[in-house]
Amino acid sequence: MATLEVNVVAADREVWVGEAKRVIARTLDGEIGILPGHEPVLGVVADGEARILTPGEDTIRVKADGGFLSVENNRVIIAADQAELL
Amino acid sequence: MGAQQRVFKQKIRSTQSLRKIFKAMELIAASRIQKAIARSQAASPYANALTRAVSAVASESNVDHVLTTESDSVKHAAVLVIGPDRGFAGAYSANLLREAEELIRLLRNEGKSVDLFTIGSKAKNYYTFRDRKIEKSWTGISENPLAEHAREIGEALLENFDPESADSGIDEIYIVFTRFVSSVTHDPEYRRLLPLEVVDAEEASTGGQAGESSDAPAFPLYEFEPSAEAVLDALLPRYIDSRILSALLSAAASEQASRQAAMKTATDNADDLIKTYTRLANTARQAEITQELTEIVGGADALAASAAGD
Repeated sequence: MATLEVNVVAADREVWVGEAKRVIARTLDGEIGILPGHEPVLGVVADGEARILTPGEDTIRVKADGGFLSVENNRVIIAADQAELL
Repeated sequence: MGAQQRVFKQKIRSTQSLRKIFKAMELIAASRIQKAIARSQAASPYANALTRAVSAVASESNVDHVLTTESDSVKHAAVLVIGPDRGFAGAYSANLLREAEELIRLLRNEGKSVDLFTIGSKAKNYYTFRDRKIEKSWTGISENPLAEHAREIGEALLENFDPESADSGIDEIYIVFTRFVSSVTHDPEYRRLLPLEVVDAEEASTGGQAGESSDAPAFPLYEFEPSAEAVLDALLPRYIDSRILSALLSAAASEQASRQAAMKTATDNADDLIKTYTRLANTARQAEITQELTEIVGGADALAASAAGD
């Protein structure tokens, strides 16, 4: 099964890079879940945390304040002014 | 020891202690360049992601945004000069300020009035000394710029940005900084920050490698969440902050590199001086010895002559 390539970047550094089976993030309209093969999306991330489910069944929780989320070709970028792993 | 010798010894000692200081500053600058380059590269994934996202929104939707629309009549321009806080960096600040002056002259010739914003005490002092009005200045951040600083500066610049109003608002924002090309090449240059021309990811990142995504210019059809306008609204101020941050980081790396080069030259010059003074001191010592010998031989001759005469 295809996986998602996830980059979490903050304004001054890269926070997390890796593969994921699923990414769940909160946008202004509500939560958005992304699985491999998702259509391209550009969204504004609302304050709160995003969850990344890795192929090894680990859940990585990322706090992303004020930023955006882009999805294309199974590549997910979460870019935020301040981002940190929880 | 003769007076002349003492003068030279004194000069050698003081040059040696200066040399020690120059050498230490050179080593400090060298270690800071690496840090500055690393920080600049660490910031580039964010800059690349933002650039790509902004280009994607701007290219495929017909969204008009206040930050991207060109004003018909540009009357007011703001210029942000990113300079150093400390000297001892050779021609770094002189070159930068010359570039800034050139830009200001250019803008004035086009009939625009210029509002100045400065970073670093060198740029601030330069304009204060010349009685130019500075709208706002920041000091103490040039060597270690953080994302928060870039945000604060971005906010201050955007505060008065209003191309639609006829008189008071700022219509254009320029930024003058030193681009870090390599540790021996750093070019002062200016760029227009607003209205926005979206630049390639390669250009936006300073010295960092562009993401591999940037060579695919065709963007997929994005779905915007919640809407294209809202996404652009959220992205543009961040894009500007990120451009300011990358300029700040690039300037910081250039500053350290210039300082290292200047201190290297100073150390070499001190070495030359020490060598010259040592030679002079040796000559003086030799001259003194010769003088003493001549006096002794002359004295002995005179004594012998007077003894023979008795």
